[in-house]
Amino acid sequence: MRVTGYAFKLGDNISTDDIIAGRYLYITDPGELAMHIFENRPEIRSRILRARRPIVIVAGRGFGYGSSREHAPLALKAFGVKAIVVDSFHRIFYRNSINNGLLAVEAPGVHDLVEEGEMVTIDLDRGVVESSRGIIHIGEVPGYVRGILEAGGLREVLRRLAGSQRV
Amino acid sequence: MHDSLALEILSSHVVEGPSDPGPGDIVVVKPDLLLMNDVTALLALRVVEETGAPIDCSRIRTMIVLDHYSPPPTAKIATSYRLLRRFARRHGCTLKDVGEGIMHQIAVEEEAEPGMLALGADSHTITYGALAVFSTGIGSTEAAYIMARGELWLKVPHTILVRLDGRLEWPLTGKDLALEILSRTGGDGAVYASVEFTGPGLASLGVSDRLTVSNMMVEGGAKTAIFPVDRVLIEWMRAERGIVKPGWKRLAPRSEEPSMEIDLNRLEPMVSEPPEPSRARPARELEGVEVDQVFLGSCTNARYEDLEAAARILKGRRVREGVRLIVTPASRRVYQRALESGVLEVLHSAGAVITPPGCGACFGSTMGVAGDEEVILSTSNRNFPGRMGSPTARIYLASPQTAAATAIKGVITDPRSLS
Ligand code: SF4
Repeated sequence: MRVTGYAFKLGDNISTDDIIAGRYLYITDPGELAMHIFENRPEIRSRILRARRPIVIVAGRGFGYGSSREHAPLALKAFGVKAIVVDSFHRIFYRNSINNGLLAVEAPGVHDLVEEGEMVTIDLDRGVVESSRGIIHIGEVPGYVRGILEAGGLREVLRRLAGSQRV
Repeated sequence: MHDSLALEILSSHVVEGPSDPGPGDIVVVKPDLLLMNDVTALLALRVVEETGAPIDCSRIRTMIVLDHYSPPPTAKIATSYRLLRRFARRHGCTLKDVGEGIMHQIAVEEEAEPGMLALGADSHTITYGALAVFSTGIGSTEAAYIMARGELWLKVPHTILVRLDGRLEWPLTGKDLALEILSRTGGDGAVYASVEFTGPGLASLGVSDRLTVSNMMVEGGAKTAIFPVDRVLIEWMRAERGIVKPGWKRLAPRSEEPSMEIDLNRLEPMVSEPPEPSRARPARELEGVEVDQVFLGSCTNARYEDLEAAARILKGRRVREGVRLIVTPASRRVYQRALESGVLEVLHSAGAVITPPGCGACFGSTMGVAGDEEVILSTSNRNFPGRMGSPTARIYLASPQTAAATAIKGVITDPRSLS
């Protein structure tokens, strides 16, 4: 599995409240959620609206701080974010991303290595995150989690489950 | 005996994975309890519809609680509530309707018990660790998956053992302890960990205080935050829930080397500054900051004990002119008790606005939303920009005692300076 995109940089402890505000959580349509991303952080919002696509978010520590709202990764994915590479994640956000087929990778040091706007590649088969300025080796994604990613997310696993029961 | 309370509980729920799991291992577990709130259930319902996944809520006790937007402020939300009621009826999940209260409070009043594994589509599911439960937050797709398969994968957490010495005494609370711990872990110092508690200080920490502490450990990134079974918990379970079981003994306090030590005698009233819960400092250092609104509510601090503590300070006094005090009890049961004991009357006479139970102003959608540049002191758990409404509002977090003192003075006030 390999994903490439342009780095969009963020700092530490970006919260799910930052990504999508509580007042929009009654919305379940990803496209509609995407229209409201980062409204609680106007300075980030104005930057990401102009960001070059496809977007790879590169951030520091504690990304996805806060709520279990799956609306956050759904909105980012629908907005055009292809992957999120960070120094560290908060756990529910990490799970929610994987479950929706949004590649989420912990690569300690990535925030220092990668520059805004440059091309970044995440290659799970080789176990690396690469940019023009260097390479970071990432730990192996556990088999169980990789299985979910390769299926396209837990949603897809559920879809297959439904199919097999119907047969 | 396993190395941690987390492992002790997890290992009896494993259906797939290593026979003797350790930290970092992936295990598939069968939970005892699945919970969803109105916003996460709505997304789970959509996942079920889109995937066609066959679901059956009768295998695992499943509860949906309409708490976040309750009672619904718009027609669109009211309509989504209709969908949730129909979904619950069709698939056999329990539904707690408008006004019943916050999911976590209801779970503590009716469902959670020591040794259980509870998974909930809400990050503050972690709260029931106070009752020696392994409880943690999951997403909506995962909730849908559990409804279909009755199981889910989890990574086994490592442990952060916190040893408590000394005694917690009025006006100090579990909230001050939670903020003290967070000031040490920072926003991500406990990521993936099971925070567990031990030491002689436990004896002075009531279950309501423990619930506040467990609730807020997720602000340090914790996966779960488990208190052991001790006399305090057993007495509480007997009095409040009418159950005591011999199997709970294996969840007794631990004696290993702690990774953090706290002397409760040296604790001070604490306040978190915006924009993160872990930015906590002694209240006295922030005295004098003017506030527009005080919010006494949320799954962190809106239990009977919290309302009662605020009433004790507000009795015979008035909320400062120009300041709003909004009180949102955590559940119908809390409301009822505060009504019968006269606590609500004291709060009302002091000038508080009392709303129906639910999440209310905590997440900025209804009943006390913050306006541009307003300053709020809240007993809730999060103060990110925009959390309670306008992104330019500033939110400070504190205990009910500090909240009551602040409402009287109109500026952040250490409750010790009032009595
Ligand atoms: S009270 Fe606040 S923190 Fe608790 S469940 Fe409701 S919105 Fe979340």
